[in-house]
Amino acid sequence: MSVGTRVRHRAWQGGIMAAALLALVMTLLLAPSEARAEYGDVVMNNYSDEADMRPVVFPHWFHRIRFRCKVCHGDLGFEFEAGGNEINMLKIIDGEYCGACHNGNIAWGVENCELCHTGKPGTETQVHGSTLKRLVTPASQSQ
Amino acid sequence: MFRFASLVVAVLLLTVPLAQGQGNDPLSFNRLMPSPDTRNAPPAEDGIHDAASEGTHMLQTPREAFQPLPESNAGNYVDWVTALQEEHITPRFDLNDPTRRPTVMDLNIVREVKGSMPDVVFPHKEHTEWLDCSNCHPAIFIPQRGANQMSMAEIMLGEQCGACHGRVAFPVTDCRACHSRPKDGAQAAGGQ
Repeated sequence: MSVGTRVRHRAWQGGIMAAALLALVMTLLLAPSEARAEYGDVVMNNYSDEADMRPVVFPHWFHRIRFRCKVCHGDLGFEFEAGGNEINMLKIIDGEYCGACHNGNIAWGVENCELCHTGKPGTETQVHGSTLKRLVTPASQSQ
Repeated sequence: MFRFASLVVAVLLLTVPLAQGQGNDPLSFNRLMPSPDTRNAPPAEDGIHDAASEGTHMLQTPREAFQPLPESNAGNYVDWVTALQEEHITPRFDLNDPTRRPTVMDLNIVREVKGSMPDVVFPHKEHTEWLDCSNCHPAIFIPQRGANQMSMAEIMLGEQCGACHGRVAFPVTDCRACHSRPKDGAQAAGGQ
């Protein structure tokens, strides 16, 4: 084997090793990032990212154990649409939407920012696990 | 040297599918069938909540909350209707008055469907336990026989029944939960 051949051979080996290592690292990085949050969890990010706050994650399951759908979707005026209610902190402090309960009386008050604003920054407004989201999300990125 | 490199590459390539499959579950390749131990993940591990946030770790985990509830095969893996009927949960019907009860209407609406799928039986009873008439009528469904055109395509896009089913209520993969009344033999054979 000439010196030139050996150098080319080494370079080729190094390339394969690097590619394989890259594939492994990518896989390990990508696998845990799959979202598998609860069906019906609503992420609200109408204004949060802009305001440098984490988006809000609303767990439907937690609330439906305590209240029937009608309480929020009838009496409090929540539309059946993620991000369709234009909720902001001013309205909540005035007792509208979430503020009807989250006033320190029925549930924790607005000073507990971190308990509602728990989403990963940059997460889009969505109903997690919804049929529509599954239909439009490629399999590789889905839960 | 080359043999050693090949061996390393082979081992690495074998490791990749294992890591992707996250274990030995033969169904793990199917995104619609997550393995049971990945269901109802705690907030810090669910991919939506930020584990770096202090609040995330203070939230109740779904597994803890669902433990006493009857199971189902999809959605939250909780049979919410049975949970309510058997009083595993007693959600309020009014924000402030815990004694207020819903006015339940026991009326089944049968919708004959095209194709060979069984007809749909819509039970008002289960729906009025959770909802008020005005949640659906008249904005989503005109309360008049034959006035509402529906299709599975629209439902899957979030219209009509899809306002809740496929978002919060049991998903559309549970075909037979709605398509529950078999057609008579002649109709089914005729494909109508």
